[in-house]
Amino acid sequence: MNERRRVKAPWFARAVLILVLLALYGPLLVLVAGSFLESTATGLVVTGRWFIEVFADTVLGGALLNSLIVAFCSAVCATVLGTGAAIALHRGPFPGRQVLRGLSFVSLALPEIVFALALLSWFFLLHWHLSLVTVIAAHITFSLSYVILTVSARLSTMDQSLEDAARDLGAGEWHLLRRVILPLLKPSLIAAFLLSFLLSFDDFLITFFVNGVGRDTLPIKLYTSMKMGLTPKLNALATLMWLGSALLIILAFRSPGFRDVLKAGEDKPGENE
Amino acid sequence: MKSGVRLGGPALAWLCFFILAPLGLVLLISFAQRGIYGGIQWDFGAGNYSRLFSPETLLIVWDSLRLAFFTAVVCVFLGLLSAWAMATASERRRPWLLGLIALPFLTNLIIRVYAVKSVVAANGPLPFLLTLLGIEFDPFALTANSWLVAYGMVSSYLPFAVLPLYGAFEKFDFTLVEAAQDLGAGPWKIFGQVIVPALRGPILGAFLLVFIPCLGEYVIPDLLGGAKSMLLGNLITDQFLKARDWPFGAAVSVGMMGLLVLTGLLLRVLRRTK
Repeated sequence: MNERRRVKAPWFARAVLILVLLALYGPLLVLVAGSFLESTATGLVVTGRWFIEVFADTVLGGALLNSLIVAFCSAVCATVLGTGAAIALHRGPFPGRQVLRGLSFVSLALPEIVFALALLSWFFLLHWHLSLVTVIAAHITFSLSYVILTVSARLSTMDQSLEDAARDLGAGEWHLLRRVILPLLKPSLIAAFLLSFLLSFDDFLITFFVNGVGRDTLPIKLYTSMKMGLTPKLNALATLMWLGSALLIILAFRSPGFRDVLKAGEDKPGENE
Repeated sequence: MKSGVRLGGPALAWLCFFILAPLGLVLLISFAQRGIYGGIQWDFGAGNYSRLFSPETLLIVWDSLRLAFFTAVVCVFLGLLSAWAMATASERRRPWLLGLIALPFLTNLIIRVYAVKSVVAANGPLPFLLTLLGIEFDPFALTANSWLVAYGMVSSYLPFAVLPLYGAFEKFDFTLVEAAQDLGAGPWKIFGQVIVPALRGPILGAFLLVFIPCLGEYVIPDLLGGAKSMLLGNLITDQFLKARDWPFGAAVSVGMMGLLVLTGLLLRVLRRTK
């Protein structure tokens, strides 16, 4: 927009940025370092045994499996439901459109804890047994708004004439969706899926409220073990989880669908122009 | 229109069932009574709400408001300066800086808190450093205190402020800074009299973005503050998961939502005036 020239920020702003990055990454580096070190009689030595212990732990393996099941199922469902909603919102008025829009906004703005306890009470009233199913339902709900946001960004940049052309050529509703709209949306569908997967995989508080006894996900396991005290093995677990989600984040960020979201944010008329 | 219902209907039904209905239920429960064995007794009254105004609860509300306000102000201040530095960095560096800020933001909260804890843990680098410097300290107080909570809150919520403020700087007209410079304004004066007034809207928005999740934060005070610090998040969680007094917990969370709406309205008024 005003790419011409930007006056460099003064030294104190740059100093704050460096301090902020140090404050964000310092503890994470200590965490990673701790997972490679073992204190022996002669001092600290570098070792890989904590990682081997993590991989040998079947309880952690079970928790990882739970996390993956929940993340995969909720990401698939949220992507399907959210894409439908985004296309419907894009097409124009239908009964309930404003409600849909309002509710997807509410779920973004709602404090996590209120959402968690509301779902817990609701499941209790319905006599739903708390299990991975309730966790998946909860995760679908909070991922849905993010999917709608991601897909809507792509739809708003899509060429409407392609859809019109297909319709003129006699494509039916289903045909149009499968052969024209969904292929065009593919990048943002991938981005939406990755984002939902990540949100679900990282979630702690909501899972903490609605998960069943003995069906812990990885973040819950880390939380409960950490209450007992920190061990190098837990460091190794946390390091692995961090690397795993970092990989996913980089993947999501590099996917073209995500760039649409960022671009949609930039193109909005600014308040200070 | 028919296709709209067919495509959007499922999501609409889902959100009604898993957001609207549960929220309505919370409102209903907040007027019910606690049963003898911890269940819910559907006798309606406003008793839970009057308990909100007991001195103990008010103290918790006050402490939570203070922490959320402190965190939001610090985050917005640091976020504004960092976003300024990021937006004026070379074009090649900008995406990297943005990624560096976004990565911890998307990292699991528990991992981040664990990382902070590992710095102050008995065999961590901070106690080691303090011993090396000959400074005496209480190892138990070091692993759980209000400073640690403040650090955890600010470092966790900082990206919430940096990212939207960076977006605002992307649209900011930097010729204003140039003009101020030509007229002889120093860097602090430019910050206080050019940047802050021009970005008033985004600043208030960033404040709210940090303030909302902070007010009900549970994990950070729980893990970094030890048993001493009781805040709204712990109070609500305890009512639901330990004390099993759901009606009171529901009333506290409705009250908390009220406080958030009030803050939002207050900021909106602030945004309008002048």
